[in-house]
Amino acid sequence: MRLDVAGDRQLLLRYAGLALVAVALIALPFALVQVGTAWVRITNLAILFALLALGLNIVVGFAGLLDLGYIAFYGVGAYVWALLASPHFNLHLPFWVILPIGALAACFFGVLLGAPTLKLRGDYLAIVTLGFGEIVRIFLNNLSRPVNITNGPQGIARIDPVRIGDLDFSTTSQVAGLAFSSPIKYYYLLLVFLLLVIVINMRLKDSRIGRAWEAIREDEIAARAMGINTTSLKLLAFAMGASFGGIAGGMFASMQSFISPESFVLVESVMVLSMVVLGGMGNIWGVILGAILLTFVPELLRYTVEPLQKAAFGRMIIEPEVIRMLLFGLALVLMMLFRPAGILPKSVRKRELSAIAK
Amino acid sequence: MLSGQGIGKRFGGVQALSEVSFSIRRGEIYGLIGPNGAGKTTLFNVLTSVYTADAGAFEFDGKPLSRAKPHEVAALGIARTFQNIRLFANLSAIENVMIGRHVRTRAGVFGAILRTPATRAEEARIESRSLALLEYVGLVARANDVAGQLPYGAQRRLEIARALATDPKLLALDEPAAGMNATETADLRGLIERIRGDGTTVLLIEHDMKLVMGLSDRVLVLDYGRRIAEGPPAEVRADPRVIEAYLGAGAASASARAVSA
Repeated sequence: MRLDVAGDRQLLLRYAGLALVAVALIALPFALVQVGTAWVRITNLAILFALLALGLNIVVGFAGLLDLGYIAFYGVGAYVWALLASPHFNLHLPFWVILPIGALAACFFGVLLGAPTLKLRGDYLAIVTLGFGEIVRIFLNNLSRPVNITNGPQGIARIDPVRIGDLDFSTTSQVAGLAFSSPIKYYYLLLVFLLLVIVINMRLKDSRIGRAWEAIREDEIAARAMGINTTSLKLLAFAMGASFGGIAGGMFASMQSFISPESFVLVESVMVLSMVVLGGMGNIWGVILGAILLTFVPELLRYTVEPLQKAAFGRMIIEPEVIRMLLFGLALVLMMLFRPAGILPKSVRKRELSAIAK
Repeated sequence: MLSGQGIGKRFGGVQALSEVSFSIRRGEIYGLIGPNGAGKTTLFNVLTSVYTADAGAFEFDGKPLSRAKPHEVAALGIARTFQNIRLFANLSAIENVMIGRHVRTRAGVFGAILRTPATRAEEARIESRSLALLEYVGLVARANDVAGQLPYGAQRRLEIARALATDPKLLALDEPAAGMNATETADLRGLIERIRGDGTTVLLIEHDMKLVMGLSDRVLVLDYGRRIAEGPPAEVRADPRVIEAYLGAGAASASARAVSA
């Protein structure tokens, strides 16, 4: 395919734009550090949630399977990391061994959940997945007796950080006069994962597999009549979504160095689903935007609500947490009224047909 | 090429199909008619494994169809359209047809993620073939339009294009002319004849008698789930049982008197 001059210019502009975004993303943690290291941690959390939301997006956005227990896979990934890299079992495997194991374990649980729910749709599927999420959490809570596997509600502490060779992600290192603190290191690692997951999402969406998922979402009976094996493709969606959740969970465990079943409650599943729905189901950029918004807005409130109230009334009247839920509810109502398909709704793909008509 | 032996299907107290036998020859247009509720669509659904038959068996291309799942039926070469259009309404017209190519293509997850040369070549083939099929049914100008927003007649033709994308040996059309105006029906007739001319056998459920009698080589008539006649349109049209089914017993005897007089 030959590009004309206008096309060349457009391509150039595109690369320039991409380069700009890349520079901004690389510089971002150092800008945030000026405000406070806490903001780097919050950014990391946002990326972690974006990873989760993109995984859930495969299940909910692409294949149209409503999953309310998604956080269970995050929990499985986190616990796999915690058990294989902590003093709890005195195992300290390297990260490139644990992460695939975590992804595989989550994937296994994804299929375990997917297999019995193949015939369910919509509300019924939502109820079963919700139950599944609770089952996993309750297991984590209770697998401390008679054999102590998960250490129950106390959780697992002193989890190993990511170590790549001599590079320890829990300490600060000085490179070329810049201080790379632990959160900044994790930021870059998470960014790499996020880019990978974005590319995988984009490529899957625009492929034979992605189209088959969309067909299932649109009309399962018609999809079957067109020769799509809905059984295996739904299982594939569950498995892929779950493995992303597992990877995110592993990163979470290593970053926090402590996990307990408390981190994997139903509200978290609802939050991740809200990110997908708020941003725009099926739209990769929308889902990421949803994750960023729902991670940052509560933090911003936390830092503004208290001083504002103190300044206005001299004391705290409404707790930030209450305001958060209030605004959250309001946002959901407004969304459903004005942008029911999300902030960035998925668009119908337009194909360049002149090129292939020949 | 396709035969059914003693097909039966019961829904609770209703015997939707009983003892239906028929056989379709390669390359013909085979009409399936009958009054409302005669079991035509049920026969379609049993054939494409949407329902499982209580009795009887199908044989397609010399192979039994009985235990095949719906997607396997499509893989074997039977494609269908639906009476109440079932397009992937929020996707573009060409994506609908591209989904039809699924069963004849192979790219898997890793091919899709890594975008291997083989996958890209396959994607290009899917796209060009789908575009050609849209051209075939006269929808190429609307390739990027959302399927659910196309005019009714165009949606019917798009469903046919999507079914053709699975490379069927047998194309089963469930009331393709329903809701079409005279011009659209005439176009549809041309299209079905062209599909048959290109070597695909056609099974056609249709209420438009002019269309089905004009197109079909042979016709099967169902009434209350039973086969009451089968044969060339002219023969079937004169069959007193068919006239009775459609117009009532009085009409049948009146026409019999008219014939004998």
